[in-house]
This record gives sequence, structure tokens and C-alpha cells, in this order.
Amino acid sequence: MLKFDNVSKRYPESGEVLRDISFHLRHGEIAFLTGHSGAGKSTLLKLIAVMERCTRGQIFLDGENLSAAKESQIPFLRRKMGFIYQDYKLLQDRTVFDNVALPLVIAGIRHQEIVRKVRAVLDKVGLSGKERKFPIALSGGEQQRVGIARAFVNKPPIIIADEPTGNLDPELATEIMRLFVSFQQVGVTVLIASHDISLIEKMNHRVLKLANGQLVSA
Amino acid sequence: MVNWFRLNTMKGFKKRKQTKEVRYVKTPSQVTRQTRRVGGDLLDKLCAHCDGQGQALFSSLGRLVDSPFNSIMTIMVLAITISLASGFYLLLNNLHQLTANIETSAQISLFLKDEITDAHANKLASTIRKNPAIQQVTLISKDQALAEFKTYSGFGSAITALKTNPLPVVIQVLPKNTLEDKKELENLRQEFQRLVEVDLAQMDMQWVERLQSIVAVAERGACLLNTLLGFAVLFIAGNTIRQELHNRHEEVIIAKLVGATNGFIQKPFLYAGLWMGMFAGLLAWFIVSVMMLLLRQPVEALSGLYGGGFHLLFFSVADFFKLIGISSALGGLGSWAVLSYQLQYTRPE
Repeated sequence: MLKFDNVSKRYPESGEVLRDISFHLRHGEIAFLTGHSGAGKSTLLKLIAVMERCTRGQIFLDGENLSAAKESQIPFLRRKMGFIYQDYKLLQDRTVFDNVALPLVIAGIRHQEIVRKVRAVLDKVGLSGKERKFPIALSGGEQQRVGIARAFVNKPPIIIADEPTGNLDPELATEIMRLFVSFQQVGVTVLIASHDISLIEKMNHRVLKLANGQLVSA
Repeated sequence: MVNWFRLNTMKGFKKRKQTKEVRYVKTPSQVTRQTRRVGGDLLDKLCAHCDGQGQALFSSLGRLVDSPFNSIMTIMVLAITISLASGFYLLLNNLHQLTANIETSAQISLFLKDEITDAHANKLASTIRKNPAIQQVTLISKDQALAEFKTYSGFGSAITALKTNPLPVVIQVLPKNTLEDKKELENLRQEFQRLVEVDLAQMDMQWVERLQSIVAVAERGACLLNTLLGFAVLFIAGNTIRQELHNRHEEVIIAKLVGATNGFIQKPFLYAGLWMGMFAGLLAWFIVSVMMLLLRQPVEALSGLYGGGFHLLFFSVADFFKLIGISSALGGLGSWAVLSYQLQYTRPE
């Protein structure tokens, strides 16, 4: 599903941030990406989102070469990934419904269809009945679930989460993790960047560990 | 972001009310609806596309209303700029009418010497009338000239104070149409000039030619100014959209992260530019029309002085649509130029 092939990333200012990264995430697999801060986690995620291009090597998503993608293809590649952020990245002046509907609106789906899908996914993340609320009126855990609903609403083959539980207490974090497991069960690949060791150990899934830009365990 | 899917949401809420009963009572009907959908996939996509266009179009209008102060300021500046341009256009149209009306006139005016009396002038006029090259002769006596001058010049009381009439007798001579050649006309003028009674024989044609070249200069000048003003509209619209884009930077980034193309993102901004241009065009039309109404009376009075052949021209219906069309196009174009440049460099970090 997601394949890194000897990927390196060098910045002119800070030198080589990632060195010879190779791993392969299969369909419906859950993996944690971990490592101390500065180890290159966020750079790796940026490479997947095609926010940055790798200096060497190749990245494949669902058979498509991300590292060779043209600028005009990037939006369509991003539609195949659901991103979840630590700071949620929600539109504060839009309702929960609109936030979750955004990827569907962008994909040009009819509104009846949008209404149906958004309601289904909000139901799944336990936010039904809150669709008319604004993000500001929700708790941190609820806002993160809006972010998750937005990432999952278009049923992408892969979901990538960057420190999804960073701002949440352990109980809420476990709940969020349970959601990810439920995505995996319907065949979605999930990659979670996190430094929450205790949570990772509790979950007992594959762990990709980065240290100084290199993969030390996969 | 209001713009990207405001309508969608509204439709969504409307729909929700309807489906609420349906949802719990007859789920099977939803299933059949879905299976039927498979066949209408292309139609669905088309509808979704139209939905998107309509949404962006009308919700961008909604956004203009959301920040009325900003929009009004920009639209006012645009409207004043467009008023100037369309004002020049109208002025030219009117000047054209002026030269068009008198183009064919080859009239020669004979200003007689001061000591020539009306009776003497009458005799002279009838001699001229016998000339086979002459089509028509009109005599304007001293008193007639004075009366006309009193009525139209506004110096009525000053003139009454004059002891003697300072105006000369004028004989207006219209040569036959066969006399098209300029040289022949000039010969005729010189012939009149040689008459002892004539102080000055002047070809009105000369004035027409001068007027025409003045109009040509004005035309060129107005064209250049209008080009400049057009660019001003482009830049004003572009700058406003740039600010709007800046204000909505975060939304643009989020939209890009969830896979929005530049085309999708720019649509509502582009329509906002079009709307601004259109409203500015309408306002400019209104401003110029009011100004024309205010000018109408003095212009008609002035026209009366010259025989009343001139009437102030307003915008025609075609002009109106041209004005609105060009303003909207300029607003849209200015926005498009800014958007296609800026969106390329707006990237998630």
C-alpha cells in the first residue's frame, strides 16, 4: 500500500534529515511511527503528503510513484490519503458538518450523497447530533474526532495521523486508537506518528522507529 | 470558506428535515434509490459539477455581503474609475454627433462691415441669390443678431445698457451641393471677401475641419486614458482578491491538504471578482446617468444657441450591457491574474 524505497531527504540548511528509509505497509495494516523529536517523523509524513519531495529514492502509494508526481496530480493523490493532525486543522467558522463534508465537496460529490456519507461517518466517530455545532463549542477529544471523520469520510485507502493523541488525556487517547483499529478492520491502512510509548506498547502493533533520520526498527 | 459549500450545507439541512421521517420509516426505499444510482453515475457527476458552479457563484455573492464595509469600499473605487472611463466614452459619442451633424455643411458666413445698414445688406443678399452656384441665402439683421445674443448669452442686461448695437449684419450663404470641391469653395469665399461690403468671409467648413481634428485628438486621448483606467480596475480588483486570499490563507491550506485543486479553490474568489466588477459597473452606470441628467439642461440651452441640432446622448441599452460586461470581465480578469499567481505559491508547510 505504502512503500518507501531507499528514501533520503536533504535540506540545504539542516543537511540529511532522512537517510535510506525503506519499509512497506500492506493493505489494512496499522503501524506506529515513533522516535524522539527531530528524528525526522514530520519530514517523513510531509513526503507522504507530497508537501516535500525526497532527494533520493522513491515512494509508492497504491502503486503510484509519489516522488515522480506532477504538480497537477498532487491534489488527486492527496484524496487517496486521510490526514489527521495534532492541532486538528479544522475550519473554525464552519460547522462540524461542513468540516467533515469538505473532502466530498472537493471531490464533486452530489449533496444528497454528501449528507448521507457525512452523517454515517459522524455516527461512526460518535458525534451524531453535533453536526450543526462549531468546532469551538466542542471539547478537544470531540474536535479530534471531527478531524478523524473528515479524514475517513471519503474512504481513503490510507489514513495518516500525526500525533493524534498529543493533546488528549489517556482515556480519550485509547478511544481514538480504538477508532483507528476499527478503520483497519474495514481494510484501511493506518500510519500513526506518535511518541506516546506507553500507548504504543499497549496497542501491540508494528512500530517503525526513527533515530537520527534512519529507520532503526521496522 | 463560506463560499466553497454554503449552498451545499443549506441544501443539506433542508434535506435532513425531509429524510428524517423517511429514515426511520422506510429504509428499503433508500436501498432501491441507491441501486438505481449506479446507472445515473454520469448524470450525477454532471449535476454535482453544476451544483459546484452554482454554489461558488452564489456563495461568493454571500461573502461579499458578509464583509459589507470592505466590499462597498472596493466597489466604490471601482465604480468611480469605471464612471470616468464610461464618461469619456459618452463624451466622445456626443462629440461625434456634433461633427456628424455639420459635416456636410459648406456654408459661408459673410460678416458685413459695421457701417452697412440692413437695407444695404438686403440688396447685397438678393444679388448673391442670383449667383447660380448658390443654393440659399439667409440674412441675419443687426437687430435679429442682438435679440438672439440677448436670449442665449446671459448678458441681456449688459447689452441693453449699450447705446449702439455692436453686432454686424451677417449673410449666411449655402453653396449648391455640386460645389463639392474645396478649391472651388475657396474661390467662392475669396470672391465674397473681395466685396467692399464684406468685412470677413468665413467658411464654416474650416471650423468643421478644426472641430474634427480636435475631436480626433480627444478621441485618442480618451482611448489612452480609458486603457489606463482599465488597468486600474484590473489592479484594484486583483488587490482586493489578494487581500481576501490572504485573510483566508488557513482555509486555503486546509483545502489543499484535503486534495482541492487550484481550480476549485480559486472559483469562489474568481466569482467574487466578477460580482465586484458587475456591481461597480451598475453603480458607474448610475453615477454617469445622474451626471448626464444634471448636464442635460445647460447642454440643451447651449445647443439652442447653435440652432438646437444637438441633443445629449445617454447610454443605449447596448452600451449598458457593454458597460456591465466589460466591468465584470475586468473584475474577473484581475482576480484571475492574481489567483493563478498566488495560489501556485500558497503551499502547506
